Amino acid sequence: MANDSEHRGAATPEARTDALRRVLERKGLIEEGALDTLQARLEEQFDWRNGARVVARAWVDADYRERLLADGTKACADLGFTGPQGEYIVVLEDEPTLHNVIVCTQCSCTAWPVLGLPPDWYKSPAYRARVAREPRPVLKEMGLELPPEVQIRVWDTTAETRFMVLPLRPNGTEGWSEEELAAIVTRDAMIGVALVETPESG
Amino acid sequence: MDGIHDLGGMAGFGPIAVEVDEPTFHEPWEGTAFALNALAIGSLHAYNADEYRHAIERMDPIHYLNARYYERVLTGVASLMVEKGVVTRAELEGAARGRFPFAHPNAVVEPDGREAEPCPRFAVGDRVRVRDIHPAGHTRVPRYVRGKQGIVIHVAPRFRFPDASAHGLPPRDEPTVHVEFWARDLWGSDADEHDRVVVDLWETYLEVADGQ
Repeated sequence: MANDSEHRGAATPEARTDALRRVLERKGLIEEGALDTLQARLEEQFDWRNGARVVARAWVDADYRERLLADGTKACADLGFTGPQGEYIVVLEDEPTLHNVIVCTQCSCTAWPVLGLPPDWYKSPAYRARVAREPRPVLKEMGLELPPEVQIRVWDTTAETRFMVLPLRPNGTEGWSEEELAAIVTRDAMIGVALVETPESG
Repeated sequence: MDGIHDLGGMAGFGPIAVEVDEPTFHEPWEGTAFALNALAIGSLHAYNADEYRHAIERMDPIHYLNARYYERVLTGVASLMVEKGVVTRAELEGAARGRFPFAHPNAVVEPDGREAEPCPRFAVGDRVRVRDIHPAGHTRVPRYVRGKQGIVIHVAPRFRFPDASAHGLPPRDEPTVHVEFWARDLWGSDADEHDRVVVDLWETYLEVADGQ
């Protein structure tokens, strides 16, 4: 088995992936094209724009917002967003003096059906190590300087609950349509490392 | 396992590198590795998600930190495929024309003797302490909360207890509990006095706090 230098001089990850795929195909465990089909389906299913639609709906529909906060899994499913890593979704409501931010310190768990497959920074040792301990400096580094009176709640995704932040609706968006609102929601805001901004405020 | 994966609270990593307009997969093999894992778990039933997480945790720590996310995925999948006898190391290395770095072997883990409880043991508002445990195998209780006290703010549904599930032990479903800790109780006086950290913990990890 491995020793502390065995990864050096190994075949490239690309060559190893290709080898594993070919060996499984040779054994008849993967049908031709099945892997590409599966990948395409998962990429389509796991899209953070789904979460943006959930947020926009919650901003325009008080009843939906209430249901979303009471049962995130069901409210997301009502818009068609279900699947692996979305079995139990809890939505975290930002308030003017409370800011929520999500991490998975032990791996990189994320609510795939609404947040998509997470970006590299979310999966990086630096983010995983630091944000639970020093959220304020980390958020500031990432461009979000919170006033001292805003409390921070960091949520560590250590079990099977998958979290999503419901960010504050920005000022100046009164009367906007659900579609217009969905277009300004970002994945970073639903993880909690950014606020939602309008083109004017940004 | 008190492994390299349990990163919460470690210092010295420097700034967080953010890539603008990042693609889902940087190279085609990353998408293939992701799909291979989905296929292995979902269609082949070669292993479960807890075994998968633990295989990545068993990577050599130096390799773990050097590997980007999808190389960790690939290493977890390949290690389990060999361990489960689906493929052999020789087959993989022959096909790759080079060496495969695999995860270190699994620890021997015995059942903890607990049984599933009929009702949730904890309720919202309970003050709990995280047991100071150091299992040799897979566990989802991070080091930074062990021995710490917090308040239950939510009781989630029952999920498979991962410390057993990752090692082929008799399965047990139990609720997980969202426990809120004051940042200062975890990190000392440098932390902001108003900030809090919430950790999602299986009941087995918890006991009633002092003075209850």
